[in-house]
Amino acid sequence: MSRRTFILPRIVIILAAPGLVTLSAAADWLQFRGSRSNSVTLDVQPPAKWSETENLAWKAKLPGRGPSSPIVIGERVVVTCSSGINQDRLHVLCFAAQSGQQLWERQFWATGRTLSHPSSANAAPTPASDGKLIFAFYSSNDLICLDIEGNLKWLRGLAHDYPHAGNDVGMSSSPAVVGGLVVVQVECQGESFAAGIDPETGESRWRINRPREASWASPVAMPGATPQQDVVLLQSPSQITAHEATTGKQLWVYKSPCDGISSAAAAGGVVYVPSKGLTALRSTSDPQPEVVWNASALLPGAASPVVDRGRLLVINRAGVLACASTVDGQIAWRVRLEGEFWGTPTLAGNRLYCISQNGAGQVVEISVDGSRGEIVGKGQLEGPIQCSPAISGGALYVRSDRHLWKIAAP
Amino acid sequence: MRQVRLAGLALVGWTLAGGISWAQSDSLAPLLKTIREVGPEGKGNLAASQAWAELAARSDADQLPMILGAIDGASPLAANWLRSAFDAVAERQARKDGKLPIAELEKFLHERQHNSRARRLAYEWIARNDLTAPDRLIPQMLDDPSLELRRDAVARVLMAAEKASAEQNIDLAMSSYRKALGSARDLDQIKVVTEALKKLGQPVDLAHHFGFLLDWKLLGPFDNHQGKGFEVAYPPEATIDVAASYPVQSGKIRWNSHHTSDEYGMVDLNKAIGKHMGAVAYAVAEFQSDKPRPIELRLGSESANKIWLNGVLLSTAEVYHANGTMDQYVGRGELKAGRNVILLKICQNEQTETWAQDWKFQLRVCDATGKAVLATDRPAPRAGDNQTAANESTSPNGPKE
Repeated sequence: MSRRTFILPRIVIILAAPGLVTLSAAADWLQFRGSRSNSVTLDVQPPAKWSETENLAWKAKLPGRGPSSPIVIGERVVVTCSSGINQDRLHVLCFAAQSGQQLWERQFWATGRTLSHPSSANAAPTPASDGKLIFAFYSSNDLICLDIEGNLKWLRGLAHDYPHAGNDVGMSSSPAVVGGLVVVQVECQGESFAAGIDPETGESRWRINRPREASWASPVAMPGATPQQDVVLLQSPSQITAHEATTGKQLWVYKSPCDGISSAAAAGGVVYVPSKGLTALRSTSDPQPEVVWNASALLPGAASPVVDRGRLLVINRAGVLACASTVDGQIAWRVRLEGEFWGTPTLAGNRLYCISQNGAGQVVEISVDGSRGEIVGKGQLEGPIQCSPAISGGALYVRSDRHLWKIAAP
Repeated sequence: MRQVRLAGLALVGWTLAGGISWAQSDSLAPLLKTIREVGPEGKGNLAASQAWAELAARSDADQLPMILGAIDGASPLAANWLRSAFDAVAERQARKDGKLPIAELEKFLHERQHNSRARRLAYEWIARNDLTAPDRLIPQMLDDPSLELRRDAVARVLMAAEKASAEQNIDLAMSSYRKALGSARDLDQIKVVTEALKKLGQPVDLAHHFGFLLDWKLLGPFDNHQGKGFEVAYPPEATIDVAASYPVQSGKIRWNSHHTSDEYGMVDLNKAIGKHMGAVAYAVAEFQSDKPRPIELRLGSESANKIWLNGVLLSTAEVYHANGTMDQYVGRGELKAGRNVILLKICQNEQTETWAQDWKFQLRVCDATGKAVLATDRPAPRAGDNQTAANESTSPNGPKE
């Protein structure tokens, strides 16, 4: 895995004043909730307002559906889709970030179960990348590795290997690149497991059994100083566990009811897990983490919490955004947003980009002292939109079941 | 090993049939063979990756049909490697001069013994290069084994039917809808057709059309607290005796005959057996077949289930309340001539949520395309009574029925 992905933003933290991020080069957005699994970018802020005629750099038609999010690798934007009456056709598409031109498309046939709730689709998990290779994952548990030119490197049919792995409501856990491996979490009532897969060969380096209960949460990468120190969090409805990413060895377990959809966020060695509201956990040398605090009022909906610079940003099921302190979980302010949210918002500097399911984009600006937030811009796109927006090079990338948009100032 | 040899024979057979010259096949065959050898758990990926790169870089347009041919008999994993190689070569050729071996691809398309998905792939590349292809090729595919090609053909007939209906040409509209119904396999298209025919005064017996079984003998509840009953082989799994009674915690239970007139063959166990949590029910049906034949038993059930045909376990799923839909679970088996026995085990767990209370199932017998396979003693389809509200009736069994 490319270490530059994680190192570059750290350099920028030192150089950039809060809220005034000025990178000259675009940062990659390599997986679900960004390269660091935290929904935070240190890149240039995209515009706060957009429409089909304002700040729309380009719009590309997609051949299929997908709650999955776009990722950005250098000058390329990668999106997955699924199509067909049975959602059994899998697509990986690559677009030029600058022009929106489709550079290539690869199609595959699903080898696992393709049923899902009508609101979801086979292309629910967001693809991941190590900067060189693309790892496209689907609800049917097909995992496909391509290079950035679209050449097939390997593929796995995880439901072909484990036929009882699947969930007819649909699965949506996105892979994470961590510890030099591609970590997938396949949790359902059938065969439940997590695996660390070699990005070069597609073979499993480790595989562990997981609770046989349906989960839609995604593995969360907690990068260490070296790949050997990388940790991956795996969240199930009954527990969250931390593992050495390179071996799968369990480091700790916190047994408590956890959300089945909204995934944990981590920063500064503390894990904020959607459990009984939100619970802050700190790793210790014990097999159980220390409970730092619990805030029942901070109850995420489907969107995952965002953590940055001492603040937690949480959207609940009613569409109310709350900002709380990471110190004690106390809520500082709330803003009511329009709509319901499946996608996790993305934070760029002091602006949080929130896109509701019906395509209503709302940009919440956090005041310099952090004491309040207000909606400073809006943008409407045609929904349904379930993705979490990607930000790279001052552009916001959003996809629906029909289109991929690049929103950027002219 | 045997599979590899068969794969090799398939490739040789295809080349001998005139698809490609020996000189060309000599260079491709080892690459295709390597790709076809990929296995589970990532086995063979590294070698396949190298072969794929060589195939994608070196193959020319004339070799595309051979790549397609290699999909015949390939595993689902190998088929994905091969189709993406085909796409890569075709894309490169399209960028170069746009010339594809259309005649060879059409020949492959028309040879219905080939892999259905490979034939569909051929069609899509033909259609990219020839705008007349849909009009020329699709109308002939109403009975195609490829369900995607068939779906497109049905869609065209539906459009013609709707046009005729709008123009008040009722005879043409009805014959077109009937034609579409005979070929359609996808539920959404069948619903469109049956709604239209109903409006035209020609209701369709959907249960008959799909092959849903309507008459069952039901037994339950056995214990399934904490889900433990799923793995317990209760007496019907050893012997089916519809005259027998069995002691359970609540007393004695015995088989009851049950008929459903639901147009999708749904049997509501909460009504037929009673509302129970942590329970197992068995359902048995006889099926008369005029000859031995492969069939699919397609089950819709929101809860854990097992399917047997003539004592052979065909399918198991230990899943509760994670969506329920028609054709959700498929058991593939072989009917024998004469009497066949279908046995289902349908479990209910102890979830308390309102959305987790359903305990029901539907089962149909069909071929691999989804066309109904009907028992020889099945009554003729109902005529004109499809508007009747669904109802079910249950009656205690006599000693023997």
